[in-house]
Formats: sequence, C-alpha cells, structure tokens
Amino acid sequence: MNDAKPFDVIGRTHERREARGHVTGSTVFIDDVSFPRMCHLKAVRSPVPHARIRGIDFSEAERVPGFVAHLTAEDIPKNVYTILCLIGVEPDEEHVLASERVRYVGEPIAAVVAETEDAAFEAAAKVRLNLEELPAVFDVEEALEPGAPIVTHWGTNHFVYEGHHCRRIRYGDAPAAREEADRVISGRYQLSPIEHAPVEPTGCVAKPEADGRVTVHTNTQAIFFSLDNTAIILQIAPHRLRFVGGTVGGGFGGKVDVIVEPLATLAALRTGRPVKYVYTRQEEMQVSSTRSASRLYMTDGVMDDGTIVSREVTTYHDAGAYSRHSPYGCTKHAANAAGPYTIPNVSVDVHCVYTNRTPSSAMRGFGVTEASFALEMQMDRIAREVGADPWELRLRHAYRNGDERPYRKTTEDASLVETIQAAAELAGVELSADLRAMSSDDREGVPG
Amino acid sequence: MTLLRGRGIAAVNYPTGMNLGGDPSQALIHSTPTGAFMITLSSTDLGQGLRTVMAQIGAETLGVPLETVHVDTADSDTGPHCMGTFASRATHRVGNAIIQAANEAKEALLDVAADELEAAPEDLEADGAGNIRVAGSPDRTISIMDVALAAHFKHGRTISGRGMYVKPKSEVEPETGAMDPDSTEAHACTVAEVEVDTETGQVRVLSLKSAYEVGRAINPALVQGQITGGSWMGMSHALYETTAPYYPEIDHSPDDFSHYLMPGAAELPEISSTVLEMPSANGPFGMKGVGEMTANSPIPAIANAITDAIGVQITELPITPEKVLRALEERET
Repeated sequence: MNDAKPFDVIGRTHERREARGHVTGSTVFIDDVSFPRMCHLKAVRSPVPHARIRGIDFSEAERVPGFVAHLTAEDIPKNVYTILCLIGVEPDEEHVLASERVRYVGEPIAAVVAETEDAAFEAAAKVRLNLEELPAVFDVEEALEPGAPIVTHWGTNHFVYEGHHCRRIRYGDAPAAREEADRVISGRYQLSPIEHAPVEPTGCVAKPEADGRVTVHTNTQAIFFSLDNTAIILQIAPHRLRFVGGTVGGGFGGKVDVIVEPLATLAALRTGRPVKYVYTRQEEMQVSSTRSASRLYMTDGVMDDGTIVSREVTTYHDAGAYSRHSPYGCTKHAANAAGPYTIPNVSVDVHCVYTNRTPSSAMRGFGVTEASFALEMQMDRIAREVGADPWELRLRHAYRNGDERPYRKTTEDASLVETIQAAAELAGVELSADLRAMSSDDREGVPG
Repeated sequence: MTLLRGRGIAAVNYPTGMNLGGDPSQALIHSTPTGAFMITLSSTDLGQGLRTVMAQIGAETLGVPLETVHVDTADSDTGPHCMGTFASRATHRVGNAIIQAANEAKEALLDVAADELEAAPEDLEADGAGNIRVAGSPDRTISIMDVALAAHFKHGRTISGRGMYVKPKSEVEPETGAMDPDSTEAHACTVAEVEVDTETGQVRVLSLKSAYEVGRAINPALVQGQITGGSWMGMSHALYETTAPYYPEIDHSPDDFSHYLMPGAAELPEISSTVLEMPSANGPFGMKGVGEMTANSPIPAIANAITDAIGVQITELPITPEKVLRALEERET
C-alpha cells in the first residue's frame, strides 16, 4: 500500500505502551471491573458427554442465600445459533443453553445468578439434573461411520460445503499423476487438542444503563463481532448494546467465541443489575474451545529424483459438538494443505466432523498449524525415502513468484527460498552453490 | 542411558488476514486543540503491542512525534468497526486504515498551515518533530500546536481523517476450491536441535534457530516478542500439551496448570533468529502478519529432529516420553 517511509518512527523499537502496566499489575483486566450491586453468574454444566435432558430442578438452588435468578434454554430468545451466521454460514446448531440434549462434557444447561460468586457456585452446584445418558463418539473417523451416535440435529456428523460433504481443492489430476509416479509416499499425522491457556480467563461484566442500553465490559478479541452475535442471540437491537474492551490478557483465538456475553447481558436485563461472568481456570481448561484434534492423511506421488508430482490430502478436522469457527478453519486449511510448494497436481478433502468432544474453534495458526505440522514431517519422509537432502527438496519445490497455488491464486510476495537460505546460514548449514543461488523470483537451478 | 542428538528443519508459509465474508477495518483520527492526534479504533490489543504499532504507523504517516499520537481501542460507541484481532490481520487491515485516515488528516493540517504560513499546501512538509515548514525555507515554520489552535479557534476547521481497508469477500468455488483467501504470505524456517534420553524418553530442545520473512518489521522488539512467544508455544504444542492425554478418550482432562504441563523457563532452549524484510505489495509499509506463524515452524522442526535422533518418525502430538519410549521399543523389535 505504502512502503515509502519518510520518517523513522516505524522500523524502530519503541516501548510497548501497556508494558509497564502489565508488569506492575496496574492494568485493569475484566475481573478487576466491579460495580455496586453487581451479581455473579455461573453455569450449570453437563457431567456427561451425551445425554437426553429429562429435567432440571432448581428448588434447592433457589434456597441458597443470595440466589437471585436462574436461566434455562427457554429464556434465550434465539437459543440455537451459529457464530458465523454473520457471514452467512448455516445451519444454526449451537445451543446457548442446552435443551433436550447435551453434546459434550461441560456444556452449559442452565445459569444461576447470585449476590456473590460463592453463592453462585453453591447454587449452581445444587441444581439437580436428570440426564439419560446416550452413546457418545470421540473419534473423527468413527463419527463418520454408519451407525455412529449422531451429534447434530440434522442426522449426519459432518458440515456441508455447498452440497459437498467436505471442503475440496481439485488442481490438475492428482490420482492420475500418482499412477504415473515412481513411488507413492504416505503418512498419517495426528494433532492433539490443546488449550489456548490465556493468562486472563474469558469473561465479561454486563451493566444495565439508565437509558435502557447495556454496557458490556469484555475481553473479546472482536468487539463488534461479539456485540452483533449477542444482539442476534438476545433478539435485541444492536444499538442497545455498547461493548467496551480493547486490552486482553492473551487471546490466541479463544476469545473470538461469543460465549459469556449473551448470558451475562440477558441476566443483566432480567435482574436490572450488573452481572459478572468470568471463567474459572477449570472452565478455561475444560469448557472453552480447544485446537481441533485434526487427523491428516497425506499421499504423494514422487519420482526417484525427488520431484513431487502429486499430493493428496484428506483431513478430518474435529469440530467437537458444535462447529463455531471450524467451517472457516477447514477452508483456510484446504487452501494451505499442499504447503508452500509448487506441485502440479493437488487434491484436498477437508472434513469438518462433529463429535462429542468439547467444541474446537479458532486457535493461533488456525488450519495452517495442522497443515504445516503434517507437511513438514511428510517432506522429511520423502527426503528419507528417495535419499534426497531435506534442504534441497524444500528449496526445489518452494513456490516462486508467478506460480499458481492449488486454489488458483497467483503467487506474489513469495520469500520461502530466501527464508530457508537464511535459516541455513543462521544454523551454520553449508548449502551448495546451486541452492544458495536460488531465488523466489525465478526457477533458475530448479531441475525439470 | 544414551543421549541421542538430532537436528530437524521445517519451512512454513503463513497467510495474512482472511477473506470470508469480507474483511474490513476502520480508523478515525482527529487532532486535539493543542495538536495531539487521537486514533480511535475498535480493535483489541491482546498483549502483542497493537496499540504501539498503530501509533507508530499513524505518527509515521502524519510526520509527527510518536509521543503525540494516542490510540483509543475497543469501545463500540466511539471506535469505528473492526473485524477483530485474529488471523494475523490487525496490523495489516488497521494499519492500512490508519494510513488512509492519517493522509486525510494531514491534508487538513497542511491546508491550515498553508493559510498561517501564507504558502501553498504542496510546498509544505512536516519535520517529524512537531512542526510544519516550507520546504527549502527553514525560517518559515509553524508548530503543529499553533496550526491546531488556529484550526480550532480561528479557521473553524477540523484536522481529522477517516480510514477504511477492506479485503472483499471471495466466494470459494465449491468444485475446485478456487479462492482468494488472504492478502500476502509471511514465511518461516526453523532448525531445531534436540537431545533424546533413551532411558526416560525425555526430549530436551537444545536450540531453535529460525529465519522469518515479515515484509517489514514495524517495531523490531515486538516482532522479537512474537518470535520468542511463538517458539515457546510451538515447542509446548510439540512436546507437552494436550487436553486429552488418552486421546481420543476424554478422561483425565487437566483442570489447571499443575496438570496441563507447559515448558517453564528452565526448559526453554536457546532461541535465535534472523528477520528478513521483503516488503509485501499491500501491507502498510510492506508488512506481513508475523503473529501466528512463529508458533508453527518449531512443531515439525522438533518432530523432525526427534526422528533424526532416534530413527523413528513419531507422527502424533504431543511427542511425550511415553511415545518416545514406545517408538524406541518398536525400533528394537
């Protein structure tokens, strides 16, 4: 856009403006926000991964001193929604509070509002749940087998992409190229579900204002996205909401889910009092989204000289019980699944699969971390099998400016070649003169 | 006990921004009566230093001292729309919006200064130190504070600017997957060295040596912060973390940091890096998003180093001592 740089403000280190506040503990985070007459909200959560809800009994909870109110699915104006509805993603499927069925351990079934945090915990613990447990499925591939327990309300355990059962890339003719290749080299790669583990747990305080609006102090990563989704769930005009935040104690993608704001805002509107809903560390660990437990199968057609002529990738992305940002993450994954390498024939199938796991969602590197992990192990596997140098194999295939990616975008701004060369130099690895002479601007020195 | 050493490499790309549904962000800038500049946004600072970088981009474009530029983030009543801080998008999208807003504000600033200096606006320049001067005539100068005061109290002008950047929506072609999913790509390559204890299965990461191509490092120390944090996070993903220790089973899920293990300071390896700058076509000052990428290359680099050390490829994360010992047993049989 503009790489003229008349002054010297950019390109130089300037102290981070919040740094002193963060290191001295004077920065105000969400749990520091407090108002007179503020109530606390805690969720009543499912202890089992899959069950039919037969009943919810608040009679003991209501007797806890300090009990103020409870919320169930019936109180939520649009209880079933999907977070990406703002960009047209369908169908609605996540339940703000579970109704009829619970689909993962920790799924919120009800919420309790009380005068103090202790009273809210105590009341939540005294809500009696009558659950009839159902068979559950935890493995992405088992979830797609006939007869698997069905997680969704529409009868299959996969997300549908414009009529296709997966997000796909078709570039060249990968199966035909594999048939002609000297070797077929395959690998299976499995990622673990991991926690975002922000220092500051997800939370918000919703405060009713005298003019009928609600101010929500939140540590969301996306102020308007959270505001708009809250308005949709509560079926209120967006202009009645004011979201305030901007300083977040770590996000890593976990705070793009809209989980705490709708319940706290509804509770504030119901009680006419400020309501705080902040996750405990245990909730952050066990209930908040994880990175997907993705499983990738990679099958490459390779010539004896190491040239990769085809790459076929099948990925099973474990969305967990609800898809959240997974439909988008799978598309981002599909684009990047063949890697930063120019391969003439590519086929990618990315299945966005529902299981009875805690929902996964956006996390640092969303869709690409998974691809890079599998791809770079696969590149080494190829190098070992054909006896190629792993540096040379990568430099030969690294995409150049002007190359077309499998998703049919022409590469500009490529710099993988230079980056690999710089890493070799830093690590004291002597590359051959041929490899050192390579550039992202041309295919000089690339065989074939 | 034998300590086996191995080295592994991994090279990755990382896309800047997203496109699905369109990807806009806005910025507003105005001057106070005394010539400070307020940038209002609804973007969030996650601890990565967004506010500082945005102030730098604003100050650079306006040509004013950094300390006179303030950034107000994340109030939906005052800050114009931003999609949010994710997808390595914030510096790119919001930075471009700020450049546009700052250029508009600067035009107003120079118009008022031109009246005050009785010169043509196109002959004026900011000196970066808080003054506007006639190019080539060092004695014809006016402080930005005086320009702002004159704008407010004499000319009745606002010194303000509006900025907007949008990556338009790109529909994915369902049959082939054709799409335009991002704005530019940053790159990383990591060389990992590990030591594997064949008796305990413990993997010690000795060093992570990486090169990163980031287009332009707006604030080198903050880029370094991403590199150090990302290296640690990648190492943690490779060797330590899981919410499902018996995946795919869901039992024994950890509920605090004493059960969800991550490397501490003592486990951190030597982390060194080279930062390359090959400006992108569309990033502000040529930048590319570095945030997410830094966690990616260490994961396969460490995994490949373990393979190099023990001769068996372990393809399931995290690579725990238990998995290493099982792989070594498998190698024996």
